[in-house]
Amino acid sequence: MSSVLEQLVNKPYEHGFRTDIETESAPKGLSEDTLRLISAKKNEPEWLLEFRLKAYRHWLTMEEPHWPNVKYPKIDFQDIIYYSAPKPKKKKSMDEVDPELLRTFEKLGVPMNERAALAGVAVDVIFDSVSVATTYKEKLAKVGIIFCSISEAVRDHAELVRKYLGSVVPPGDNYYAALNSAVFTDGSFVFIPRGVKCPMELSTYFRINTESSGQFERTLIIAEDDATVSYLEGCTAPKFDTNQLHAAVVELVALDRADIKYSTVQNWYAGDENGVGGIYNFVTKRGLCRGVSSKISWTQVETGSAITWKYPSCVLLGDNSIGEFYSVALTNHHQQADTGTKMVHLGKNTRSTIISKGISAGQSNNSYRGLVKIGAKAAGARNYSQCDSMLIGSRSGANTFPYIQVNNPTATVEHEATTSKIGEDQLFYFRQRGIATEEAVSMIINGFCKQVFQQLPMEFAVEATKLLGLKLEGSVG
Amino acid sequence: MRNENGTELLDVRGLTANVSGVTILKGIDLGVRAGEIHAIMGPNGSGKSTFAKVLAGHPAYEVTGGTVRFRSNDLLTMEPEARARAGIFLGFQYPVEIPGVTNSAFLRLAYNTIQVARGKDELDPLEFDDFIREKMKLLDMDPAFLDRSVNEGFSGGEKKRNEILQLAVLEPTLAILDETDSGLDIDALRVVASGVNSMLKPENAFVLVTHYQRLLNHIVPDYVHVMAAGRIIKTGGKELALELENRGYDWVVDEYRAGERDKATSATAAA
Repeated sequence: MSSVLEQLVNKPYEHGFRTDIETESAPKGLSEDTLRLISAKKNEPEWLLEFRLKAYRHWLTMEEPHWPNVKYPKIDFQDIIYYSAPKPKKKKSMDEVDPELLRTFEKLGVPMNERAALAGVAVDVIFDSVSVATTYKEKLAKVGIIFCSISEAVRDHAELVRKYLGSVVPPGDNYYAALNSAVFTDGSFVFIPRGVKCPMELSTYFRINTESSGQFERTLIIAEDDATVSYLEGCTAPKFDTNQLHAAVVELVALDRADIKYSTVQNWYAGDENGVGGIYNFVTKRGLCRGVSSKISWTQVETGSAITWKYPSCVLLGDNSIGEFYSVALTNHHQQADTGTKMVHLGKNTRSTIISKGISAGQSNNSYRGLVKIGAKAAGARNYSQCDSMLIGSRSGANTFPYIQVNNPTATVEHEATTSKIGEDQLFYFRQRGIATEEAVSMIINGFCKQVFQQLPMEFAVEATKLLGLKLEGSVG
Repeated sequence: MRNENGTELLDVRGLTANVSGVTILKGIDLGVRAGEIHAIMGPNGSGKSTFAKVLAGHPAYEVTGGTVRFRSNDLLTMEPEARARAGIFLGFQYPVEIPGVTNSAFLRLAYNTIQVARGKDELDPLEFDDFIREKMKLLDMDPAFLDRSVNEGFSGGEKKRNEILQLAVLEPTLAILDETDSGLDIDALRVVASGVNSMLKPENAFVLVTHYQRLLNHIVPDYVHVMAAGRIIKTGGKELALELENRGYDWVVDEYRAGERDKATSATAAA
């Protein structure tokens, strides 16, 4: 790899600062007592503690998944802080939020002030283990939309939470989902009632601040009949030499004709150029198209984390329901990503689209892993998958692991895959035509990712383009 | 036309260069004035393409000695993109494919970048579309090329036409065409040649790197240089190309070696 390309990929991480703020943390380690402590801190009802304990006991019997194409030392789950919250405790209104926190998020470009730049986007802000603020709550409440932290939802909308929590990702679904179900501390809750189109983008911003704390958030989004919502999450973390674990669970439920669009711009700290530090991003995201003609669309731009292990999926239960997955995963240095999706077709005439773009630079390894499963009753189901990989330089790797299971003869499944390489010769071609390396790389990346970026809400598409440019600065050659 | 009083565009002296530690160019001297067409011919492996790439600044080649001045600037200190903006164009022997970037977007960015460098106005996408379609008509190219990724899935001939299209769009001061004629059928060759002929002006110049005389039937050079083993060993007029076509390269090499031997002998005698 030439030095020009290297410089381009190796732009420093902008969000690597740590906020000096007094926190209240649980001692390191995990036991039933830890769960009781978390539950007590949050004044949770008995049923939720039971939910946690059941998940924990199940987790103890499980084994870490070994099938992903990633390598890392064994995680010591007793060496993690499972609860860390800024002191003093959460305040009711924005004016009472700790100014240090406000400054932190201002620095990160997250509008906690409703009059701020990204007006028109409501934000729930999660700092370490707790939600510190949610904007536009009152305005949304007027049309019947509930947008709040999941802790608040447990308190104020217990019946909804109890009905849907774990209904898409059961506590014993997989190792990290079980762990999350046991120790989750906060997250966002969204409820869009029947017939309501959410008038603004909803978003959650996740920030891990404390070293050796894990972040285990839980997001639950429910769209009732004919409801529509577009939701976006963003994430960053300070630079530490140690690895932090982020094991989230996201559940989406779409009832008849409901439409949920879930977008992620993931920029967790990825570790340094030698692969030291960075977040382990082990996340379970699943949407259930329960109603007829419902639709769930995942869009993700994954640029951060030392390791990403994540497969946002759709279970297409309702007849004529639609699942979509649009993904850009960029890895650099020693980052590893094993990411993709699962489309499970159960209802008739269900349709799914998978567009995955993997970019690997440096010595990173980027794998697409996907499952398209057509159930016996899914007559007329259709899937189209396209998995493209781009290698930058000569030391990176890309893999595609598509699994296809078809149990209904009337289904149509298509899979296309390409691999291309960006090296010195491509860049020289641009430069010989007067176009500088940075511009060339951004043009190549934008062209490559266009189909995915088009799916992002406008502001975030711009953001994502910039982010990829930054991440790749210096990497081609 | 030979333009002995014309402005000197390119002045190469004693240029030596390595690739992966192997010396390819062993001392090249060449002067090109505005209004001239130069042909560089020579056997495979003589260093013709290396010379072309070194002039354009390809990072894989390391210049180890000599000087290159382009319109009085020290070319060797300039980045490849700066050389392009200053008016140097390389038509590639093997144009690379660039997936995901449309030809029209690529051409427009290149055009606008060079316009800005010349202190001229950029064209917006609509204006550029008109401009580029006009150029494509001249080169008998299908406008469908605009929406395809740069060179992706193009045939060899289509790639070369695309190079000539870029040449027509960027209007360089010095165009170096590296074996643009290879892989072209006779019709494509005529189109390329008439494109080059119509682009030659008193202010610019062409250096054609070629294996074959046949291109020179359509584009008449003012000078023909023969390259062998990293040096220009003979320079003549257009008739030299015909002679090479008939007699091959060996006699030029022999003549050069004999000349070198004589020089060595007389040098020894003098000592």
